[in-house]
Amino acid sequence: MSKPQMIQTDLDSVLTAQEIAEIDAELGHVPYKSGAAIDALKIVQAKRGWVSDECLQAIARRLEMSAEELEGVATFYNLIYRRPVGEKVILFCDSVSCWICGCDDIKEKISAALGVDYGETTADNQYTLLPVPCLGACDRAPVMMVGDDLVTHIDEAQVKALFGDAKTGGDQ
Amino acid sequence: MEKVLTRNIGLEQKPTDLKAYEANGGYQGLRKAMAEMSPKDCQDVISASNLRGRGGAGFPTGMKWSFVPAADKSTPGHRYLVCNADEMEPGTFKDRLLMECDPHQLIEGMILAAYTIGADISYIFIRGEYIVAIQRLRDALAECYSAGLLGDNILGSGYSLHMHVHPSAGRYICGEETALINALEGKRANPRAKPPFPQVSGLWGRPTIVNNVETLCNIPHIIDRGADWFKTLGVGEDAGTKLFGVSGKVNNPGCWELPMGTPIREIIEQHAGGMQDGYQLKGFLPGGGSTDFLTAEHLDLAMDYNVIGAAGSRMGTGTMIILDDRTCPVGMVLNLIRFFAHESCGFCTPCRDGLPWSRQVLQDIEEGRGQPEDLETLAYQVRYIGAIGNTHCALAPGAMEPLQSALKYFYDDFKQHISTGRCPYH
Repeated sequence: MSKPQMIQTDLDSVLTAQEIAEIDAELGHVPYKSGAAIDALKIVQAKRGWVSDECLQAIARRLEMSAEELEGVATFYNLIYRRPVGEKVILFCDSVSCWICGCDDIKEKISAALGVDYGETTADNQYTLLPVPCLGACDRAPVMMVGDDLVTHIDEAQVKALFGDAKTGGDQ
Repeated sequence: MEKVLTRNIGLEQKPTDLKAYEANGGYQGLRKAMAEMSPKDCQDVISASNLRGRGGAGFPTGMKWSFVPAADKSTPGHRYLVCNADEMEPGTFKDRLLMECDPHQLIEGMILAAYTIGADISYIFIRGEYIVAIQRLRDALAECYSAGLLGDNILGSGYSLHMHVHPSAGRYICGEETALINALEGKRANPRAKPPFPQVSGLWGRPTIVNNVETLCNIPHIIDRGADWFKTLGVGEDAGTKLFGVSGKVNNPGCWELPMGTPIREIIEQHAGGMQDGYQLKGFLPGGGSTDFLTAEHLDLAMDYNVIGAAGSRMGTGTMIILDDRTCPVGMVLNLIRFFAHESCGFCTPCRDGLPWSRQVLQDIEEGRGQPEDLETLAYQVRYIGAIGNTHCALAPGAMEPLQSALKYFYDDFKQHISTGRCPYH
């Protein structure tokens, strides 16, 4: 029986020339390369929606840090995604003012309409649903972000208008 | 009352219109400082004004700045001014308003603060979710560079400053100033041990001041109109105005600029329009999710740092969250502790392991599985996790504030959950 072989990715070919140029531009603002770690992760995520293992390793090599150290940074932050996400991420506020104003019920309606729970992506890859700490719009609770847009005073009618009727089947 | 911080808000002009901002008195403070004031003059005015930090702790701003070592030839190298725009305290929505609606006011305050402490580079560390504010600040910065208000040799004064907008990758703990500095350095945002304090050794080991958005927005007005004028704005012990907010089941949730020392009752009943029909006020957090509950008996207190402190809570961010009589206090505390447990950086054990334990006990009580001894467990957690010095930073003690005060004021609700085996509010 032959030994299982590690599949080696050519890390130098993972990042695009544009990504590398943007990361290198950030290096001009920091005294040592790992100082640009979060910026580099955001640059890659902006192009691809998330940060894959290969991308993480390629960024780490570019910044002369270990992949493990960069992984520690990437997984610390709520808005760095280490798994694929849909076209739009729904950041659903579940903090205290939205909770008082009934966000738990709204969340159930969104989950039913999209067929996904927190952390899941719709089968058509349109939406990923995530909870987010207080969005700072508590006077307009309940609120969420759909992509770059802040949606306020969410109610059942608005959920229906945005996401339609119940769908079936989410995808992890 | 004269509007100061919000005087440009609600007008017809575009928020990023530099000409309109200047026509309404904008950049007068900066022009005055560049023409006739030394950094020491600015420092003296801010110290004399009694301005206290609006991010929650209420530390005197002038004193904070005064800890930065004097800039002279013996201390070459960069100095940094950082604006903490990582507004993430549950129930807080004031800095968003200031940045979205009047970005130039913040920038002017930052230039003046940076000039005072001798900083040559400054950052606006802002929530990544604040998409509109990020864009408007970037547009406003571009206007400033074009107009010679930023960059080299500002207004011909010889003073140079560069300013950058840095959207956060998202974590509540980044609001702690040393954690914020680690995030700016591209690291995990664990808070640092103090000392050294950032004023001496902050970003990249250099002298650094971190100030809240609202604090910095006060600076141009104080420089322009003086410390004595600023002190006359408050109606109680503290100086200036403050953005106060109310959320929850009130008729008119919102955020208003009012004098420091405005009575709580006026804010809730007049500005927020009182409770909605069918709801009674049961309690409130006076300044965000990490402040102790107060109750109806405290409504006539003034919103001043020391007054709210003497009542056993903190003024915090000044944005109140109302607990009504149809909302479960145990559920509300559970929601808050769940937030803090999720946002713990994980560095120290009492916070990393203690907060999930509190959350579990509260969840058991809320869902009808509570045992009588759970109340002793919660009291023990408050004593142990809530004590300053048992944890690496103030996150976990802050998390204990709503819990300890809920146990004090709503103890019967906790007991009823346990004795009846269900939440009486659901």
